Amino acid sequence: MRTYLVRRLVTAVPALVGTSLVLFVILALAPGDPFGELATNPNVPPEVRMNLRKQFGLDDPIAVRYVRWLGSMVKGEWGFSFVSRVDVDRLILQRLPTTLFVLGSAQLLGLLIALPVGIYSARRPYSLFDQAATTFAFVGFSLPTFFTGLLFILLFSIYLDWLPFIYRADLQVTGLRWVWASFQQGIMPIAVLGLFQGAALTRFVRSSVLEVIRLDYVSTARAKGLTEGVTLLKHVVRNALIPVVTLIALQIPQIFTGAVVTEQIFRVPGIGSLLIASILANDTPVIMAITFVFSALVIVFNLVADVLYGWLDPRISFR
Amino acid sequence: MAVSSGVSDAVASPAVLAGGSRSDSLWRDAARRFRRHRLAISGALVLAAMVLAVVAGPFVYRVPIDEIDFRAKLKGPSSQHPLGTDDLGQDLLARVLYGGRISLAVGVVAMLIGISAGTMVGALAGQLGGTVDNVAMRVTDLFLSLPQLPIFLLVVYLFRDRIKAFLGPEVGAFVLIVGVIGCLRWMPVARLVRAQFLSLREKEFVESARALGVPSVRQVVRHILPNAVGPVIVAASLDVAAAIILESTLSFLGLGFPPDIPTWGRLLFDAKDNLDFAPHWALFPGTAIFLTVLSINFVGDGLRDALDPRKVL
Repeated sequence: MRTYLVRRLVTAVPALVGTSLVLFVILALAPGDPFGELATNPNVPPEVRMNLRKQFGLDDPIAVRYVRWLGSMVKGEWGFSFVSRVDVDRLILQRLPTTLFVLGSAQLLGLLIALPVGIYSARRPYSLFDQAATTFAFVGFSLPTFFTGLLFILLFSIYLDWLPFIYRADLQVTGLRWVWASFQQGIMPIAVLGLFQGAALTRFVRSSVLEVIRLDYVSTARAKGLTEGVTLLKHVVRNALIPVVTLIALQIPQIFTGAVVTEQIFRVPGIGSLLIASILANDTPVIMAITFVFSALVIVFNLVADVLYGWLDPRISFR
Repeated sequence: MAVSSGVSDAVASPAVLAGGSRSDSLWRDAARRFRRHRLAISGALVLAAMVLAVVAGPFVYRVPIDEIDFRAKLKGPSSQHPLGTDDLGQDLLARVLYGGRISLAVGVVAMLIGISAGTMVGALAGQLGGTVDNVAMRVTDLFLSLPQLPIFLLVVYLFRDRIKAFLGPEVGAFVLIVGVIGCLRWMPVARLVRAQFLSLREKEFVESARALGVPSVRQVVRHILPNAVGPVIVAASLDVAAAIILESTLSFLGLGFPPDIPTWGRLLFDAKDNLDFAPHWALFPGTAIFLTVLSINFVGDGLRDALDPRKVL
């Protein structure tokens, strides 16, 4: 298992290099010169501008600039926010836990819906339950998160007045009331994201279980007298989950899309809403850093999925 | 060229016979399977109605999209304004119909870009193999692991001014959005086409074409691609839905088309701060997105049943 982990870590390096290359190329191709304003200012002689360019290494070969840029990105030296006047890494670290909390809970909720519904549908394909579940799944992943979010606000905050529609990081209460208030404000963003994830996953769990359940070894398990529950959980589901884990890993980049949108709708103070705010305020260092963090998170979560994969299917980690 | 075309006529590739009676029934079979899928048929009908409405609607319903009338602002549906009005008293039906044109156009054009790029990469990788295949697949994996929306936002943020200065605000936004969505959505198709190529390349009819000396390009265009087209059509239909959602998301965040172009996402963006007293403003464009995406997804599912019968989904 340990060599497997090391091998996965090593394969994450080219992924990081590739992603950072794409980001750097986008940045390098973008129009605009950081010292462009100085060029039009008659009080700044051209020599000063040239010296500044030299000092910041803007005229170095592109490979040198890339290595230097990647080095400072990895070390967390992301610069200084133009708007809020603090270091970008502090700004992001403040908001990252909220994003991870919402994302993690939503993914958990999605799995809690998709696994039972998908497995039950696959046990009785084309039954009434299966058809209802399939239809709901279609509706679920055809409803864009921004519309579901607005519908939830309309229903639960405006008509029913049950839930607050603004997420606050600085709740004024403590103890059990804090837990209750966090639950109340977190439930809508998490539900919007979780239902969307759950709907997409349900169909994959169903088809994956359906493929495994008719294999011979499952009949063998039944024939030797195992209860239906044991057959299903230990023999069918464990194998059926392997492609599902791959799929979750593949979908991670898309989960961030939903995260940005829900954070924006419910004003969750995470890095997604920070990204939008920075774009509207032309705060380039923050935009760059957040995109980098999102890309790094994709790689980290892919690693986690790989480890899970090795645990579900020992054959993979021994290879 | 004359020689090779004469040669290839002797090769009985299933799709080359498209004009003949036997493979005619291949498509007729597919149509029959599609018709049996009730949800796909309803999806196709709803979709056709939507397309007809946004294409022909503005010719029939001749209310301008930008006529400001403060006396009628934020009104719910009425006989004068069937879908109500927004905060400037502009007619929402006209705006939803106009926005639908843009949203559907973005969906179709972005899909075409993504599908062509994906097919090209997949075909090259599958046909040439070796180093080309390796490099192409690594690049595909790389693009698959990019966080879509953040990259999309970054590119739009960095390039929008340049492109708008070059092509004008509307065309510029359209080209930028469509181009970036295409660039972010070609990877699944590339993988699909490559997999199809790897299996089709070894089939007897391709082997015989190769043995008869049909040049490589002709093998691909005439014999392999037509037989790989089924799964690509399925992916294309689902890509239209994904592109519509991505464009609406961008507009919903206020970063898509300029404010005076009412795409469906933009309408929702404007409506979201008035939810408590004008819910109709958000409900109609939102429902339009939902219905379009849902019916495209159903059609895609029906096409999958019809064209890709091995799949048990």
